Amino acid sequence: MAIAPPRSRPSIYEGTRIPGPIPTVLRTSTEIQATGDVMTVNFGPNHPSTHGVLRLIVDLYGEDVTGLEAVIGYLHTGFEKNMEHKTWWKCITYPERIDYVSYQNNEYVFVGAVEKLLAIDVPPKAVWMRTLLCELNRIHSHLVWLGTAALELGAISMFWYAFRERDQILDLFELVAGYRMHTRYFQVGGLAEDIPRGFYPEARKFCDWMPKAIDDYETLLTRNKIWLERTEGIGLLSAADAIALGQSGPVLRGSGVDWDLRRNEPYLAYHQVDFRVPVFPEGDVYARYRVRIEEMRESVRIVEQCLDRLEKMGGEPWIADDRKVVLPPRHELHTSMESLIHHFKIVTEGFRVPEGEVYFAIESPRGELGCYVCSDGGPKPWRVKFRAPSFVALEATATCMSDALIADMIAIVGSLDTVMGEVDR
Amino acid sequence: MTGGGTAQFEAHGERTLIVEPAQLVEEALRLRDEEGFNFLSDVTAVDYFGWASTPVSGYIGTVGGRDLNSPMTQGYQAVPGPKPKRFAMNYHLLAIGPEPRRLRLQTWVDEGEAVPTVIEVWPTADWHEREAWDLMGIEIEGHPNLKRILLDDDWEGHPLRKDYPLGGEPVRFSEER
Repeated sequence: MAIAPPRSRPSIYEGTRIPGPIPTVLRTSTEIQATGDVMTVNFGPNHPSTHGVLRLIVDLYGEDVTGLEAVIGYLHTGFEKNMEHKTWWKCITYPERIDYVSYQNNEYVFVGAVEKLLAIDVPPKAVWMRTLLCELNRIHSHLVWLGTAALELGAISMFWYAFRERDQILDLFELVAGYRMHTRYFQVGGLAEDIPRGFYPEARKFCDWMPKAIDDYETLLTRNKIWLERTEGIGLLSAADAIALGQSGPVLRGSGVDWDLRRNEPYLAYHQVDFRVPVFPEGDVYARYRVRIEEMRESVRIVEQCLDRLEKMGGEPWIADDRKVVLPPRHELHTSMESLIHHFKIVTEGFRVPEGEVYFAIESPRGELGCYVCSDGGPKPWRVKFRAPSFVALEATATCMSDALIADMIAIVGSLDTVMGEVDR
Repeated sequence: MTGGGTAQFEAHGERTLIVEPAQLVEEALRLRDEEGFNFLSDVTAVDYFGWASTPVSGYIGTVGGRDLNSPMTQGYQAVPGPKPKRFAMNYHLLAIGPEPRRLRLQTWVDEGEAVPTVIEVWPTADWHEREAWDLMGIEIEGHPNLKRILLDDDWEGHPLRKDYPLGGEPVRFSEER
């Protein structure tokens, strides 16, 4: 008890560490419980290191975490219920706010699911621009993660560096959509507006700068003694356990599973771009850090390839020409009665989506982000459900912390990169 | 490829396999061990209360796609196809491997009927099933920790049900004396 002895760095384990009978709850063993020295502590929901309002009920035996249960729901706002009462058109604003760090990916997963039901063709310019924004958003999300997760482990300067580049990305979003966050730039059928002049050179500038910035981050952290001490061998999760617990994204790839929906189930323009999927087999916090750093480098490459294509697409349409779904061009409203009617019907009543149900999944910065959409053929969704990768990531806390110390808890929760808005929806 | 289950169909490029709740665990084990569906993406409960009670009119596309030149159903009313029971439980499965495949495993229950837990098959089902219980009121049989997950422990009702009003939360101390 008392002060924890120095430990040798454990490597990834064989077999399973998923606790039973409840896979998400770690229980203190009866022997330790019998010593009478177990202290139960409430960690959160209001704690700066919980990335929002996560509450962990932790059993501590000295510095060892012997029991753990994650309690969620403090940010539940009923997005899914609300969306059933809005037209498809108005629903698009909701998914962005579910995960307020990777909003464009969330926006796309809903729009993509509706498009799958509608079987509507999206023009190539919109497809490439969506790919570009989703990748910028991935960098943005990883930067927020890097800044906050490093801050929690004491690397305060990382926060300023990461947020410096994050701000540049927000500037680009503002240039495109007028908003820095929650851009609502994707429409069913394409983009809300044409790509503004001046976006390409600004995006190029960012792509030139970003790899240097990532080099900076790596010089600060990758071989930093303290960072290595805090992250290597911590929060272990084996490949088999990661799959059994439904983990996805960087957590899964940090456990050595070579799986990325962008490559394995290509959507948008990902089958036409060249990128690498970083995989690290160690299964610890450090591996997840490495995956995210490498992913940022790959995302910059994807953005550059998107820019190459987009720069040749000047004058091409950015949204499908389907008047039953897409708003008519503004200038037509003054001259065409038909367009005026379409405009009125889409805005007031909303467009209709064929009856059916689809599950559409994309690789968000946090992993497999799925959207289940069910329509009865009317102008509002019958049921919308999001498969939130953060929600699933928190299921792994008990397994990751089976040999953790209290200080590791912060590193482990941080490495799972959860956004509580998405967990509680 | 998939043999078991009572029915299966394909729509919008997705395969759905329907099973009775009693066969769910058996079928899930078969899918995991023999067909390689090692990853449970998501569990979605859907309430079809009131489904098809009112016909919908206007543009209704077809599964095969959209042909703007063909006559539309504008103005005609269509009734969505009937559903066997009130609630559907959808298990979205994924096979992580060289050939990625997806499958929707679907089971239907009425009010008061229970669905067996699939925690033994995919441990990740734990929280998904708790959510289905919490928000939709689906009884999960054999779940080791079936309690509310997103709402307060003392919450009444299951808000994602269609007969649960939007914004119908009772206000305390508002009754007139």
